[in-house]
Amino acid sequence: MAQRAIREYDGKALFSKHWVKYFGGFHYSFKSVLVSSGDELRQIAHKHGFEWLNQESLVAKPDMLFGKRGKNSLVLFKDNKPGDVSLEVAADWIDEKIAAPTVLLSGQNGTLTHFIVEPFTSHGEEQEYYISATTVGEDDVLYMSTEGGMEIEDGWEEKVTEVVIPINMQDANIDHLVRANAPADLPIDKKEAFISFAIDFFRFYRDLNFAYLEINPLVMLENNEMAILDLVARLDDTAGYLMEDAWGDIEYPTAFGMEDQSDEEKAISEADARSGASLKLTILNPMGRIWTMVAGGGASVVYADTIADLSQSISDLANYGEYSGGPTTGETKFYADTIFDLMTRFKDPKGRGKILIIGGAIANFTDVAKTFTGIIQSLEEYADKLKEVGVKIYVRRGGPNYKKGLKDIKAAADRLGLYMEAYGPQTHVTDIVRMSLENGE
Amino acid sequence: MSRLFTKDTQAIFWNNNRSAIQRMLDYDYTINRVTPSIAAIVAPTSSAKFEKFFYGNDEIMIPLYKSTPEAAQEHPNADVLLNFGSFRTAYDVVMEAIELEGQFKTIMVTAEGIPERRARTMNQTARDKGVTVIGPATVGGIAPGAFKIANIGGTIENIINSKLTRCGSCGLVTRSGGLFNEMSNIISINADGIAEGVAIGGDRFVGSVFIDNLLRMQSNPDVKYMILLGEVGGTEEYKVIEAVKSGKITKPIIAWCIGTIAKHFESGVQFGHAGASANAHRETAEAKNKAMSEAGFYVPDSFNDIPSIIKKVYDDLLSKGVIRQIVEPEIKEISKTRKARNFICTISDDRGEEATYCGIPISKVATPETGYSLGDVMSLLWFKRRYPKWAVEFIETVLKTVADHGPAVSGALNAKVTARAGKDVVSSLIAGLLTIGPRFGGAIDGAAKYFKYGHDNNLTPKEFLAYMKKQGIPIPGIGHRIKSVRNPDLRIVGLKKYVSEKFPSSPILNYALEVEKLTTSKKDNLILNVDGTIGVLMVDMWKELEYDDDEIATFIDAGALEH
Repeated sequence: MAQRAIREYDGKALFSKHWVKYFGGFHYSFKSVLVSSGDELRQIAHKHGFEWLNQESLVAKPDMLFGKRGKNSLVLFKDNKPGDVSLEVAADWIDEKIAAPTVLLSGQNGTLTHFIVEPFTSHGEEQEYYISATTVGEDDVLYMSTEGGMEIEDGWEEKVTEVVIPINMQDANIDHLVRANAPADLPIDKKEAFISFAIDFFRFYRDLNFAYLEINPLVMLENNEMAILDLVARLDDTAGYLMEDAWGDIEYPTAFGMEDQSDEEKAISEADARSGASLKLTILNPMGRIWTMVAGGGASVVYADTIADLSQSISDLANYGEYSGGPTTGETKFYADTIFDLMTRFKDPKGRGKILIIGGAIANFTDVAKTFTGIIQSLEEYADKLKEVGVKIYVRRGGPNYKKGLKDIKAAADRLGLYMEAYGPQTHVTDIVRMSLENGE
Repeated sequence: MSRLFTKDTQAIFWNNNRSAIQRMLDYDYTINRVTPSIAAIVAPTSSAKFEKFFYGNDEIMIPLYKSTPEAAQEHPNADVLLNFGSFRTAYDVVMEAIELEGQFKTIMVTAEGIPERRARTMNQTARDKGVTVIGPATVGGIAPGAFKIANIGGTIENIINSKLTRCGSCGLVTRSGGLFNEMSNIISINADGIAEGVAIGGDRFVGSVFIDNLLRMQSNPDVKYMILLGEVGGTEEYKVIEAVKSGKITKPIIAWCIGTIAKHFESGVQFGHAGASANAHRETAEAKNKAMSEAGFYVPDSFNDIPSIIKKVYDDLLSKGVIRQIVEPEIKEISKTRKARNFICTISDDRGEEATYCGIPISKVATPETGYSLGDVMSLLWFKRRYPKWAVEFIETVLKTVADHGPAVSGALNAKVTARAGKDVVSSLIAGLLTIGPRFGGAIDGAAKYFKYGHDNNLTPKEFLAYMKKQGIPIPGIGHRIKSVRNPDLRIVGLKKYVSEKFPSSPILNYALEVEKLTTSKKDNLILNVDGTIGVLMVDMWKELEYDDDEIATFIDAGALEH
């Protein structure tokens, strides 16, 4: 995986947890709650430490990784006028939002399930700043601006100061560099504080292995009080083993609209989690005509590419996925069962036959004959159903023991009365896609 | 450095990954390397000093060290480190290796999922010190005919099929390791194979990128054209475009970025590696393919058309004389049935359903109704075949005859001492048995040896006596304290009778008896005693069973008779 987004709430919790260590010269009162319903919000309001939910006016917004919530009218900050949202109004609003699916301006749609609720921070526009850090090429880049808010992307070049920080730069040099490149228009009374905060921010970003961290807007209040109004964060999850204590038990939600995985996708992803091998399945179009069962990550991509290139319509491609890393016969059979089941549920609406691509590059280690054993067992089970939807099967594979594997699977298909063509390394890896499409016309 | 590796390149392998190392050595043997490509192995938790591997059908020992600095000190010429540490340890291994200034020119890192910040730190540190890092998350690279990293190329059969055993004319750089094999296969079918190839690795941050490898290949005279197989995500391909535009790269490049599928789907579907996701339009496979095409690269319309474009470029370079036809060199084959030279028991075998004696299940020889006697089993276990009945019964007769033999003073004393120390019977017996050596009798072996010598060399009994006198040793198997011509040893009488009836012939016994005539004429008790009789008869038996002289000599020298 590598870079994974976390919730705004969790990002703020990380700030709070490490605040004293990194931002000793500033104050931050971590007043945020994450809830899934109005009732949950009402209940938390009874708890000690959360009296502010009843005492202050509130802001509520979905916390589900997508941005541009303001433009999507998904930030509740006013009932009649800004800063008058009470607990009840917020709770009702949340209940209203979870009751029906939401469609974003981007077209993504799904059901809202998580909301962050915070006090309304009364402030002036001149108190808003922008700060973020990420990796560009091989370097880190720190972005700073005296203009925070939703419109930062418009006129980015003029508004935002970039500081490129090489990976191996010493701390003292980083301090110097940030100081020397701070936004020129920082107000005199905030200049020192902002620079000092920016340096702290960068170290926090770096030491906690963030891949991306953005506060927009950051509000600098009186007495070195900082308010983090909005936050976006991605972690480098490969550093998870180093960050066990620092991150705690962090959650990586799936992107909004993507959480509705089918049962089959869930089953494969659970099997993947249990196995040392790699099993991946994404259903692109359940009615699709071309189904793939491809070994290996790189090969699965080139098969999908080639099908998209050579077929008349991208909707022909039913699924994307891979099985690799030496799955057991049982795991391979389960994977094949899942695909054969899915592809035999519907007949092609245009009355064409279906195509099954059992593809793969030349394996390094995997015993091809062994992995084919699981597929053959599955073919035996699904032969009748596969024939019903008029499946033509195209096989291509190389690697250890591939000759036996191809011979076995072809013999099985002949025995079962299934149409199959099987090829080895002498045939170009994706050429079976061309053959299958030309044959199927 | 115009070439990544040469035929002299040697590596230190971090982690004792036996199968990967063996694949390298098989490759070395196949391409006729003089020295193995692995100089040493770093195995921090192993206490062994060496590890055995095959080199062809022979075996070699590769030294093991506990740390990279130790290995480097002993092998200053090994300038490649193959780092097979896990994602947890790989970073520390690289940083330690870079510290050893002047040792490593190339470090390959196989681990996938090293924290990005650590990967960037080690990549940058290596770059600053002029060390090339291949990986992380890679199967490595190959200079066909010279040096191959670990598992790249797959099985030796695939390597031979893909002509990765000798230098071709293509420089190949891919991101994916899985498709590297596929590309070398295509190149061998449609052109003349590769001159140098690197899979740069699938992680987001890798040490050497496309441009690093292509610039080196530009200066490598063996490389006549290059193939770049990129992926959606990142902007590394644009650096190559810049190098072509500025004239730093002039050799033809065939290029393709996989992951064009991504354009059809909004977001959320991760196609391929960790590094493979486009954060901006120019990082899409489509945009990069277009940009490379516009810069004059050979870019096919689809991945599926790569073979034909390779053929086109190759044929063109061939017709222009840039590439010459390759005369295929001879390659050495490795036997499929090679065996390690450990101690192998060829007699009994406990693998499989039932344990066997020389291939015969024990249940077939154990009980009386099987028809196998104790002598039959002895012949199987000692001499690895079933002897005929006369020989088996002879062995049993000997066994019964000399069951009382053996208690020489030193052995008996040791047994007694051990017993008096309070040990049990078996321990005491073992103490005595371990004392058995040349001072114990020796007459059976000696008699067998010398009488056979005398007979085989046609010495007359007189000459034989002279010969033995010259050797300075009393004739083994001649003489007895009590028994004499007139007071014959009835055990010998019995043996002789059995032999005359059952043995097809007994030339050595006859010869010994001729000698006995001479010795007894000097002194009455210088008879062929029971040891001597058994010794010569064993030789007669073996001769009759058609063992050759060398085999019989081996039996005697090994002490098969006495011990």
